[in-house]
Formats: sequence, structure tokens, C-alpha cells
Amino acid sequence: MTALLFGIIHTWLVVGFAPLITGVVRLTKARLQGRRGATVLQPYRDLWRLLKKESVVADSASWMFRLAPYGIFVAVWLAATTMPTFTTYMILTPAADLIALVALLATARFFTALAGLDVGTAFGGLGASREMFVASIAEPAMLTVTFSLSLVAHTTSPAAIANFVLGGHVGLQVSFGLALGALVMVAIAENGRIPIDNPATHLELTMVHEAMVLEYSGRHLALLEAAGMTRLLLYMSVIVCLFFPWGLAGPESGPGGLLIGLFAWLGKVLVMAVGLGLFESLIAKMRVFRVADFLGGALLLALLATIFLYVAEAV
Amino acid sequence: MLGNMTLMEFLGGGRAVPGHRPWPRVQLDERGWRELLHQMAISEWTLLGLWGEGKEIHVALRDDADGSIGVASLHCPDRRFPSLSEVRPGAIRLERAIRDLHGLIPEGLADLRPWLDHGRWPLAVPLAGLRGAVPQASPDYSFLPVEGESLHQIPVGPVHAGVIEPGHFRFTCAGETVVRLEERLGYTHKGVESLMAGRPVAEAARLAGRISGDSTVAYAIAFARAVEAATGAEAAPRADWLRALFAELERIANHLLDIGAIANDAAFGFLLARCMVLREQILSFNETYFGHRLLMDRVIPGGVAVDLTREATSVLRTLIHDLRKGFKKLVAIYDDLPSLQDRTVGTGIVHGSLAYRFGAGGFVGRASSHGGDARKVPGYPPYDDLEFAVPVRPDGDVNARVWLRIEEVQASFGLLEQIIETIPGGHLHRPVPTRGGEGMSLVESFRGEILMWVRLSEVGKVVRCHPRDPSWFQWPLLEAAIEGNIVADFPLCNKSFNCSYSGADL
Repeated sequence: MTALLFGIIHTWLVVGFAPLITGVVRLTKARLQGRRGATVLQPYRDLWRLLKKESVVADSASWMFRLAPYGIFVAVWLAATTMPTFTTYMILTPAADLIALVALLATARFFTALAGLDVGTAFGGLGASREMFVASIAEPAMLTVTFSLSLVAHTTSPAAIANFVLGGHVGLQVSFGLALGALVMVAIAENGRIPIDNPATHLELTMVHEAMVLEYSGRHLALLEAAGMTRLLLYMSVIVCLFFPWGLAGPESGPGGLLIGLFAWLGKVLVMAVGLGLFESLIAKMRVFRVADFLGGALLLALLATIFLYVAEAV
Repeated sequence: MLGNMTLMEFLGGGRAVPGHRPWPRVQLDERGWRELLHQMAISEWTLLGLWGEGKEIHVALRDDADGSIGVASLHCPDRRFPSLSEVRPGAIRLERAIRDLHGLIPEGLADLRPWLDHGRWPLAVPLAGLRGAVPQASPDYSFLPVEGESLHQIPVGPVHAGVIEPGHFRFTCAGETVVRLEERLGYTHKGVESLMAGRPVAEAARLAGRISGDSTVAYAIAFARAVEAATGAEAAPRADWLRALFAELERIANHLLDIGAIANDAAFGFLLARCMVLREQILSFNETYFGHRLLMDRVIPGGVAVDLTREATSVLRTLIHDLRKGFKKLVAIYDDLPSLQDRTVGTGIVHGSLAYRFGAGGFVGRASSHGGDARKVPGYPPYDDLEFAVPVRPDGDVNARVWLRIEEVQASFGLLEQIIETIPGGHLHRPVPTRGGEGMSLVESFRGEILMWVRLSEVGKVVRCHPRDPSWFQWPLLEAAIEGNIVADFPLCNKSFNCSYSGADL
């Protein structure tokens, strides 16, 4: 019963906090550029504004186009629901699995690309092709990270990996460090952040993710934006849960433990949001084809993490 | 037959038209015109402008060997003239525009599609003076065909996602690589030339300052100088210096914005934010001491409308000092950021030969080793008394254009310092005599040289005015620059050119 309650709280927590995190990233960037910037609550207002607006759908759009935002949002939300944030004691924790996570996010991406192609505009196709290009390297990298983690922890369940890390079995492992590096790079690519994509650009020709959703408006766009914000928070939560799970509450934690878990998670995620803002202010966007080098690097790191494990075992 | 001769020797063979200042204008017959084409093919004469007037066609040329300038005119009673497009490709769009506006047919022009006329005008050939001419251009426009396997087209614009001027870009791509870009402009056509006709000089001067808003000072100076040339007047000496002061402030402000915007197009927003802060300091200064942020209508025929007060001088001195310091830091950031350099170096290369063939001026030409600056050649006061370098680079890529702008900003700081130290006293303005005549001027805007040609009537009204924006010869090079690059690099290339839509759409 408590697990169900925590599950429900968690489910709304991720959606509820996602715009805030996006707001923090934007505010950080604005401040670093010497601008005053919008308040961290601005993304909530944007979503509310979009929800109230009429949705304009292109004449050439099929049912696919209308349905995709719901499917995408649900897939991302579901993925976020399974990922522990403040406690591992949730009804869906046993179902959580890193491979399932990759699959859910891939489903969301698949529908985004289809929706981009559906309207038949040049930009939708351009964005879809670029997104799939990015995904074709990012997904293997993500899976390799999963693989090397599961080799250490003997599980693909994030909660179990978190407990494993908390249990002090890990120590300072090279493989973990490499896997973390790879995961961060994948996260940057998957969320369309600089240097892979620029979420704030108005230049149609340079867009990746935005190009696919260019035709969306109103509540459809609100759902897609919310899905994007949730995905950002999800990736941060994944990194927190797998690599920095300290403070995470478990089944036997009392209310105090839960509160600690909540604030620890929130604190870590906020630090990451500020860090992302800082990173994005220091670097320009890459050429599209350099993305392969970047993600190839991520894949290589993840592979090295795996290889080191075997080498360590052999020695 | 004819050997290689200078422009002046050639024009000496025509019938000189009196009252054209400061450079000569000669009337050619059709045979003379064909000889001109022949000479242009074998000589290094730069096409400065080509425009129609009734049944007449004028061409302005500069002999790069000695810097002499002249205008040749051809009367074409049957509304046909031999095209210059084969010897000077920069003439293609000008001739297409002449055909749309004046109904003069360029014989030998391969591309006879309309340019400015999008088939939406209520009357055809508006400047031809024909009553009741029925519009013929259709709204359909056929882009040049591109053939090849698995090519796809990307239409962009005329409405863009950002707040910029309208223009249509038709990309043909193989995957991400651009095979061909074709521009279609003319969306901001507002009939400047017919609006100019019949207006008193003072009114026309205001209009000239609004042809391309970001170069308002340069346009106003160009118009004022053309009017002064036509009437044989001279601006007050102090006014010349103040004009240069305004022009350099405008140049710095525009370059600052563009340098930042180029970085922003590579998703490095920091530089744009900081450049905007510097630019704002200039605009605020303009507002406070000259009464207009962009200095519109501060330059008038005969002189200038505002003075540089003693207080403004000392504020400006401090401002230049601060700007220099702030700009130096930003340049260091640009220079030290590998991720940004990676985007700009080697991107959008314009070959020097192409810049030369199109006669591109400004930083676009100078970044591709095609030198030339109207402040030096032909030169106009007070620049003859000032010391400044005109940077030229050979690389022709986005990085070269950024650096060229950086160096120009630094040169302009130096110019401003010299101007406030040595500016002479005296009147701001001298009345322009009411007199007829023809005048022409070349003024360096931040984009390159603006050509302004006016004919005034005896009562001091504009009969014909033709402004030629530097972008006419730069837009075609953008098509060449992007070829072989990837689509996603177009915004960078485009911003590094930053051609004027309004100025070229007339």
C-alpha cells in the first residue's frame, strides 16, 4: 500500500519538477550571459499557455500526427516513473529495468521521427533523419553502459544497482567512472543539448529535435515540450540513481529517511541543472557530422568500462 | 582593333554629358556600347552599378588600375540593350531588375525570369512610364533545375522562424550536403525609386535613410554627397567630420551585432549577449547626444543636423576606451574557443576569383582578397586626412569574415579617436543651392560601397535616384559559398555575409 502511494507521489513528482529543472538550466545560462533571464517558473507558464491554445494541424497530417504527442509523452513518463528518485520502495520498482528504459525512450523517439515525417515538410524529414543518425550511435552507447553496470552489479534493475553502490561494494572503480562519462555524453545527445543540438535555436536548418516538432502547436506541443523536460529530468535521475545514490530511501526508511531522500535527490538534480547550464555556456554547437565522433567517444568509453571489468577479473 | 585601354581613354571616345559630377558621364551609341562590352571583357574594370531611366541605360564603372570612375549611357529607343551579364555576372540580377522595373530588355541575358516582380504588382514595368501596361509576370517562379540521384529540396522562407527580413532560399541537397542554393529575393520591394521621383531633396533624403535601416547613416551620406555633387555644393567641413563620426559608430555597432550573431548561430549565445551590451552602449550614446539610436536623419544634404558637444566628446572618449577594452576580451574568447573555431574555419569559402568577378565589396570581398574600400578609393573627406588600415584576408571563409569585421571595428575605434582629436570647428550645415544636375557618390557602409546616383530638376526636386546596395554583388556569392557545405552551416554563412534584403529589393 505504501509502495503504491510512493509510486503515485513519485510519478507526479517527476512531471511536476521537470519544468522547474528546465527553468533552472535556462536561468543559469541567462545569468552567465549577463542577462537577467526569466524566472525558473517560466516553463510552467509556457506549458500552461500552450495547453490553452488551439492546436493547428496541417492538412497533410494523418492520425499518426495527432496521436504521436500522447504516445511520446506516455512513453517518456512511464520511463520516468520506473526510475527511482527519492526511494526505491515503489510499486513499479521491481518492473524497472535499464534495458526497458532504453526501449521506452527509443519508442518515444520512433514516434517523434514518424510524426516529423508524417506532415511531409522538408524540415520534419531533415530532423527525423538527423535524430535517427544520433540515435543510431547513442542507443548502443547507452546499452553498453547498461551492460558494464550490470556486469558489476549482476542486475539491470536501477534500484538494485543503487543498493549495490550504496552497499559499498564498488569502491573507486575505473569502469564506473568510464560508464558515468559515457552516460553523461549520451544524456547530452538524447536531450538535444549543446553541443549536439540547440534547444533554444530559431534556425530551422540547424535543428535536430525541434525540426521534427516544428509543425506542432497548442496542447500537442505542450505535451512534446513536457515530454522533453521530463526526459531531461529522467536522465539526471538515472545518473543520480546509478552513480550517486547516497541518501536514497529504501523500504525500511522512516519519514525522516524519505525526506532526506527527497532533498538529496532534488539537491543533486539542481546541481546537475546548474552544471548543464554552465557547460552549455562554455561551448559552441558541433557540426552535424561531428556528432558521430562525440557519441563514438561515448560508445568507446562504455566499451572500455566493460573491457576494464574483464581485465580486472583476469588479473 | 581596340587594344587594352584605360576607362578614361575609352570614355573619351563618347559624347560627354555636361553637368554630371564628380565623375564624367558619356553617351554611347549602340556600337560604342558593344565596344564597351568588349573592353570590359579584356580590362579590369569593376562594375559599380547598372540602372535604367526611361529608355536609357546607365552603367557605372571603375578602372581598378588607376581608380578612375565613369558612367556610360546608352539610349535604347527600341527598349533593348546588349547585356553586360556575360562579361560581368554581377549584372545579371541588376538586368533582371531593370527588365522588371523599366521594361528594357537585356539582349543576351540568359536568365530572363523576373526578379523583383513577383507577379503581385498592379501594374507592369512601373518605372517605364507606360500608362496601363498590364502585369505579365506570373506568381509562379521556376527555380533552376538540378538533376542527380537522390537529391531533395528544402524550401526555406520567405517567412522565417526568427525575426529577420524575408527571402526565399531553395536548397537542393544530397543528404546533408548542399548541391545548390538558389535565392529568391524581392519580398521587401517597396518602390523606393518611384517614391524618390518628384520629391524635394529634403524629403528624399529622409527616404534614402530608410532604404536599409541598419546602414541609415551610410545611405544618408551617400544621398547627401550625390545631391551636393549634382548641385556643385560642398558640405561644411565640420559636417564631413561628423558624418565620418556617425558612419564609424554605425559600422562598429553593426559589426558588433554580427560578430555576436555569428557565434549565436553556432549556439554560443554568450558572445551575442556580451556584444549586445557593447552595442547598446553605442546606441544609448547616440540617443543621448545625437537624439536617435541609429542616427537616422542626422545627416542631411549640405551637412549634418546635430553637433558633437564638448560634453559628448569627453563621454565618447571614455566610451571608446571602454569599448576597446571590452571588445578585446570578446575577441580573445572568440579566438580561444576551439568549438567555435571548428564551426567557422573552412566554412562557406568564397574564392577570390569569384569575389573579383562579381566585384563584391565590403568584408565579403576583402575576406576573399578582393580589396577596395570607398573610403580609400575614390576616397571622400575627411578620410583623406585620417590614417586607417583596410584589412584584407585571403581565406574567404566564415572565420575570415569574422576576423575582417573584428579588424574593421578596431580600425574604426582608431578613426573615432582621430576624429574627435582633430575635428575642425565651424558650421554644421550649408544650404544646398536649388539647381539641376546629376550627381553620383560612393560611400562605404559597413557592408561595402553604396552607389548613389541622382538627377535633380532645376527646382531642386529629384527626377531620378538610383541607390545600389553593396548586397547586389554579395548575395550571389552566398549561393557559391554554401555549395558543398552542409545545410546546417547555412545560417553561419548567411550571418557572416548578412546581406541586406531591403537594400537590394529596392
